[in-house]
Amino acid sequence: MPATPAIHAQDLGRDFTLTTGPLLRRTRRTITAVHGLDFTVAPGEIVAYLGPNGAGKSTTMKMLTGILTPTRGHLHVLGMRPARRRTALAARIGVVFGQRTTLWWDLPLRDSLALTRHLYRVPAATHTARLDELTHALDLAGFLHTPVRQLSLGQRMRGDLAAALLHDPDLLVLDEPTIGLDIVSKTAIREFLLNLNARRNTTILLTTHDLSDVERLCRRVILIDHGTLAYDGDLDGLHALAPAPRTLIVDLQAPADPLDLPGTRHLRSQGPRQWLELTGAPAPAIAAAAAHHPIADLTLHEPGIEDVLARLYRGRS
Amino acid sequence: MRLYRAVFANGLRRYSTYRAATAAGLLTNTVFGLINAGVLLALFHARPHINGYDATDAITHVFVTQALLAPTAIMGPPLDLGERVRTGDIATDLMRPAHPLAWWLADDLGRAAFQLAFRSAPTFAAGALLLPLDLPTDPARWAAFTTATALAVLIGFALRYLFALAGFWLLDTRGLTSLLFLLGPAFSGVLLPLVLFPDPLAATMRTLPWAHMIQFPVEVFLGKHAPPDLTAGLARQAAWAAALLALGALATSRAARKVVVQGG
Amino acid sequence: MAQYPLSLALLGLAQSLSVIVELIAVLVVFGHAHTLAGFTAREALLVYGLAGTAFGLADLLIGQVERLGDHIRTGTFDTMLIRPASPLVQLAADEFSPRRLGKVIPALACLTWALATAGIDWTLQRALTVPLLLASGAAICCATWILGACLQFFITEARQAANSITYGGKALTEYPLAVFGTDTARWATFALPLAFVSWQPALYLLDRPDPTGLPDQLRHTAPAAALLLCALAALAWRTGLRHYRSTGS
Repeated sequence: MPATPAIHAQDLGRDFTLTTGPLLRRTRRTITAVHGLDFTVAPGEIVAYLGPNGAGKSTTMKMLTGILTPTRGHLHVLGMRPARRRTALAARIGVVFGQRTTLWWDLPLRDSLALTRHLYRVPAATHTARLDELTHALDLAGFLHTPVRQLSLGQRMRGDLAAALLHDPDLLVLDEPTIGLDIVSKTAIREFLLNLNARRNTTILLTTHDLSDVERLCRRVILIDHGTLAYDGDLDGLHALAPAPRTLIVDLQAPADPLDLPGTRHLRSQGPRQWLELTGAPAPAIAAAAAHHPIADLTLHEPGIEDVLARLYRGRS
Repeated sequence: MRLYRAVFANGLRRYSTYRAATAAGLLTNTVFGLINAGVLLALFHARPHINGYDATDAITHVFVTQALLAPTAIMGPPLDLGERVRTGDIATDLMRPAHPLAWWLADDLGRAAFQLAFRSAPTFAAGALLLPLDLPTDPARWAAFTTATALAVLIGFALRYLFALAGFWLLDTRGLTSLLFLLGPAFSGVLLPLVLFPDPLAATMRTLPWAHMIQFPVEVFLGKHAPPDLTAGLARQAAWAAALLALGALATSRAARKVVVQGG
Repeated sequence: MAQYPLSLALLGLAQSLSVIVELIAVLVVFGHAHTLAGFTAREALLVYGLAGTAFGLADLLIGQVERLGDHIRTGTFDTMLIRPASPLVQLAADEFSPRRLGKVIPALACLTWALATAGIDWTLQRALTVPLLLASGAAICCATWILGACLQFFITEARQAANSITYGGKALTEYPLAVFGTDTARWATFALPLAFVSWQPALYLLDRPDPTGLPDQLRHTAPAAALLLCALAALAWRTGLRHYRSTGS
C-alpha cells in the first residue's frame, strides 16, 4: 500500500477579491493568485518550490500551513486538510520563515526553545535529548543564552531551525531559509538539512532565490509562474526544458573589435573582455581564438540554473 | 529656512495619510469628552459654582481639553527620536547639517497643524453639537487663545524632545517617560479642571509646564483672564517654552559631543 | 523588557499611579458634591473598586489582544497560526508582564476598604457573592476587549477605535452609572452590559433601589450577562479568524 503523500494538491486554486475606488463607487476585481496546481510530494523528498516574485509561492505556502483557505480544489498535507485541521497539522509540521523569526525577541534562545517545547507538548525527557542533538548539529552552544534580538542573522536562522524541529515534525517548510546569509552559514545549513532528511526521513519543501541551495539540496524542482505549475521534475529536466547555451569568455591582452570565431556569436564586450555565445562545438572556437589573437585568459561558462530560469521566465512572459 | 518649511510640509503630509487613526482619535476624544462632561454635569448640578467655574465652563473645559490633547501630545506618543537614540541611528542625524532640534520641531509643528485642523476642531464641534458649550465671540479672546495654543504646542514638543534625548544618559527611558506622560496630564487639567483641586495643590500644579499646556489655554478660551493677568499668563507660557527649548538645544550639543567622542 | 528591572518597576509604578490618580479624581469630585446620584463618597469608592479590579484583571489576562492589528500588519499573527495553540491565547500571553498587576493592586485595595466602610449590611450570601460579582465583571471586561480586537480582523487600524470602547467603558463604570442619566444607564445595561461590572453589583451589595428605575431583579443577573457577552465574544473571534483566513488580509 502506498504511503500517504506528504503533500497532495489537486486543482488547487486561490482567488483574491480586491475592492478599490472611492467610498461610494467601489469596484470589485478578482485576482487569481494560484490555480490548477496539481502535485504530490512523497514522504522523505526534498523539493524546491521556485518561481519569480509574485508567482504565487507564498500564497501556496500559506495554504499548505492552514493560514489561508483555498478557494478551489483539494489540498491534503500529511493526510489532513490544512484549513480544517490547522491545529492538528501544526503539531506535525515545522515552519521557518527567512524574513522573520518565530522566536520570542527578548528571551534568550534557550528560553524561547523551552516555550516552544511547551507549545508543542514535547515531553521533558524527549525535549532534553532533542535539544542536545540539535545544539550539537546546529552548533547552538555558543549563543543559547543570548537574547534572540542580539543574535546575528545566521545564528537566528539556526535558532529558528531548532525551534521548528524540536517536536520532530514529519514535514519541514522553509521559506527563504538562507536569505542574507554568508556562504559558510549557508553551507552549514544545507549540510544540516541533508543530514536531517537522511536520518529522519523528514520531508522538506523549500522556497528560495538562491539557486545553489537548489543544486545542493533538491533532486526535484517545482516551478510556479503566474500562478500555475510551469515545471515539475528533476534538475536535469529543467535544463532540457530551456536549454541555455554555454558562453565563452575571452580576456584579450588589449581591447579589440568583436571577435568572429567559428561557432560563436558575439554577445558583448567590456574592455579587453568579450562574451561569446557558443552556437557550435567549443573546440574550433577556442583553437581559432588562440591561433589568431593575443589571449590573456579564457573561460567556458556553463549555464547555471539562473540562466535556465531566466530564459524560462522570459519565454513565458 | 526652506529646508524647515519642507520638513514642516512633510510632517503635515505624513499625518494626513493616517486617516483611520485620525478618525479613531476623534472618536476617542469625543467619547472621553462625553464621559468626563457627564461626571462634571452631575457635580455642578449639586454645586453650581466652584472656584469661578460653572457647569457650562466645566463642560467647555472638558472639550477644549480633549481638543488640545492631540496637538500638544501631552499624553504621548513620544517622538520617534527616542527610538533612534535607542538604536543608535541618531548618530547619522547628528552628522547632518541641519540642527536636530529645529528639524524635529518643524516636523512636529506639521503634525500639530494637521491635528489641530482635522482632529481638534472636529472634536470640539462634536462636543458643541451634543452639549451646550460656550463659544467665545470676542476676536481678542480668539487671538489670545490661538497664541496660548501655539505656545502650548511648543511646550509639548520641548518636553517630548527632552524625554527622547534623555536616552543618551539614562539606560532605558521607557519607564520614566511613561510615568511622565501619565502624571503630567494629571497635573494639567486633563483629569479634572484644576479649579476643583484644593487651593494649595492647585496653585502648585499651576506652576508646572503641564498646566501651561492645558489649564491656562482653556481658561483663556473661557475668558477667565482679564488683560493684565492674560499677558502675564502668556508670558509665563512663553518663558516655559523658551526655557525648555533652550534646555533641548543644550542637550543636543552635549549629545552630539557624546556621539563624536564616545561613538554613541 | 526584563533586562531593565528599574524600567520594569517604573512601568509597574506608572500602572499603579494611573489607578491612584483616577481614584483621587473621584475623591475630589465627591469632596465638592458629597453625594452624586444618591451615592456618598464611600459608596462611590465601592463602585470604583469594583470597576478598577475587574478591568485590572481583564487587562492582565487579555489586554494584549488589542494589539491584534499590529500583529497582523507585521506578520507575527501568521507566526501564531503556525503553532498548534489557540491564537487568542498566544495573543493574550504575548508580552505578558507582571507589571500589569500594578493596575489590580490599588483597585483591589480600594475595593477592600470600601467593602469594609461603605455600610454594607453583610450576610453570608452577600459575602459569597463578592467573588462571583468580581469574576463576572472581569469576564465582561475580557469579552469587551476581545470584541474590540475582533474589529481589527476587518479593519487593521481599528485599535484606537476599539480602545475608545474598552477604556471608555472603564471610565464609565468607575462612577455610579446613574450619574450619566437614565438613557446611558439603559444602553450600558442592554446594549453593552457594562452596568454589570460595577453598578448593579454595587446596588446589590448596598441593597439600594435603582435610581434609574430598572427592576431590582437585574442585579442578580450579572453572571448571566457575563456568559452571554463571552459567548458573543467567542463567536466574534471565530468569525473574525475565519474571515482573516479566507481573505488573507
